[in-house]
Amino acid sequence: METTAHINFIAASYCAAAIIIGVLIAWVTLDYRAQRRTLAELELQGLTRGAGSARSAPTTDPATEAAKEQA
Amino acid sequence: MALIDFANPSRFLRLANATIPWLSGVCVLAFAFGIDQAMVAPDDYQQGATVKIMFLHVPSAWLGMLGWGVMTVAALGTLVWRHPLADVTAKAAAPIGAAFTLLCLVTGSLWGRPEWGTYWVWDARLTSELILLLLYLGVIALWHTVDDPSRAARAAAILTLVGAIDLPIIKFSVDWWNTLHQGASVFRLGGSTIYSTILIPLLVMTGAFTLLFATLLLAAMRNEILRRRVRTLHLLQASAAS
Repeated sequence: METTAHINFIAASYCAAAIIIGVLIAWVTLDYRAQRRTLAELELQGLTRGAGSARSAPTTDPATEAAKEQA
Repeated sequence: MALIDFANPSRFLRLANATIPWLSGVCVLAFAFGIDQAMVAPDDYQQGATVKIMFLHVPSAWLGMLGWGVMTVAALGTLVWRHPLADVTAKAAAPIGAAFTLLCLVTGSLWGRPEWGTYWVWDARLTSELILLLLYLGVIALWHTVDDPSRAARAAAILTLVGAIDLPIIKFSVDWWNTLHQGASVFRLGGSTIYSTILIPLLVMTGAFTLLFATLLLAAMRNEILRRRVRTLHLLQASAAS
């Protein structure tokens, strides 16, 4: 079987891999920038993780409480 | 340092920030080497050049299953040990595992057309792999449906543990049923049936893909921790405003 016989299927597979992996990398990178930007904006407003006391948070969500204590 | 020491998100963030650039560099080098090896690998005596699709298909199939395996361990961490990073890990791993499962299905179809004469057949291996993708999509939907992260984590953990039944079904489907998909040829009793000139590039590409998975998982976990900090600050902001 010649290499060129099914070159379209091979090329399509490698293109699909490049697209899917590219989207994954872009998603992770853009999400990181977005979270960092939002955090910076909130901190510019004077909100820091140490600014509010645990009593002031209107939640009983243990994950949020744990994240706040450990952050 | 004990495992529990990594339960501190700030410590984990420092570790991730230090590790991700190095992992990314090693990953690029591994892919460069792996793709070079894959391109110079000889054609298979039966399948010809289409065997080059295997260098993408097998690693992505492995990572699709590894992703669910990571989520299963994380689900136990959420439900049994209540490890603070367990649900972060589970949430971060789901889209990555789903992407590799999708890649496995796409490359499998593109490999199947020239070899089997069809893109798709409702064979046990293909169907169980498709079910894995649907399970991933279900878990991702669950994470986005439930607003409270801790409640979403528990629901997703239960679905993950139930879905883990699909992993042995995928692995042994080619043994349990008469399938069009070939049987195990890499990890099997009696050794691999693949000749070394093709097996070595396959193992190198599998290593490169696994490094990519680890890098993406660390980065996605870092994002999730930052997202939870943003959520906490928004809650504090809402509390101060009321």
